[in-house]
Amino acid sequence: MTSSDTVDEIDHALIRATQNGLPLTPHPYRDIGLGIGLGPDDVEQRLQRLQDIGVIRRIGIIPNHYRLGYRANGMSVWDVTDDRVDNLGFQIGALHFVSHCYRRPRHLPDWPFNLFAMIHATTRDEIDTRIADIASILGKECRSHRVLFSEKILKKTGLRLPKPKRCGARPCSD
Amino acid sequence: MTPLDRALINGLQGGFPVCDRPFAEIAKQFGSDETTIISRIAALQEDGVISRFGPLYNTEMLGGAVTLAAIAVPEERFDEVADIVNGFDEVAHNYKRHDRLNMWFVILAQSQDALFDVIAHIRTATGLDVLNFPKEQEYFLELRLEVPDDQF
Repeated sequence: MTSSDTVDEIDHALIRATQNGLPLTPHPYRDIGLGIGLGPDDVEQRLQRLQDIGVIRRIGIIPNHYRLGYRANGMSVWDVTDDRVDNLGFQIGALHFVSHCYRRPRHLPDWPFNLFAMIHATTRDEIDTRIADIASILGKECRSHRVLFSEKILKKTGLRLPKPKRCGARPCSD
Repeated sequence: MTPLDRALINGLQGGFPVCDRPFAEIAKQFGSDETTIISRIAALQEDGVISRFGPLYNTEMLGGAVTLAAIAVPEERFDEVADIVNGFDEVAHNYKRHDRLNMWFVILAQSQDALFDVIAHIRTATGLDVLNFPKEQEYFLELRLEVPDDQF
């Protein structure tokens, strides 16, 4: 087994074998290994290492938030002073109701917003309360904001891993 | 949803053990047994309450390129443009949102170049501008949601 941060071919085979999930069997890692010719110890050591180096964020249940009752999903976007956005961004990201929080580029003049915070809640009223919480943290460093509610999921696939070969930029049928 | 289901969803969004009999291991933690844990997770997955069970990969560390992109789509062309955008395998998620920029999608490609190619092709195929919002700094990325009290 390798000890560096590199991801080798066997790791990639293991990643492909688990990207749709683990088998729900008493020995899931052993069963994964059987499919790709790896012993259970090797599978476990590699998965542990991938977790240690951050390639695996976590292992467990990925719930369908909509089915859990989080039907209000608001992408809040904020125009925050450039030299304060990182400090404030980490504060916003730490709020328990914020699931994703990033700095992204503005597209002026129409889109002045540089801080994106995704909020999941059970009702729109709850989102309004959360927005007020964020606004009070940002204070005068934020010039304007907007909340983009989702109206419809148009497509949602599991986040698949990059394809092993480049397939070009046309829609692929494979 | 049973109390065990709720405990599993709230308590197992990470930390699933890597060992020979992981379900038996967590059964101890949840005061249950291996067979029950496996069958409850399978039932929740079958039911769609769980989207996936297993490792969550950081795709960017595997050489992939990811971005968020948006288009202001004229309402009368919305379905047609959605079909074009969704036709790209690299488009992983696509949401209709209430804004002038009303279509927001995540593109996951093999490389930055491939990602720019996808954006260029969507521009050509739709005749609409595609705004690219690549992540410049990540402040947080987690999605650990508790089952709300009033659910189920």
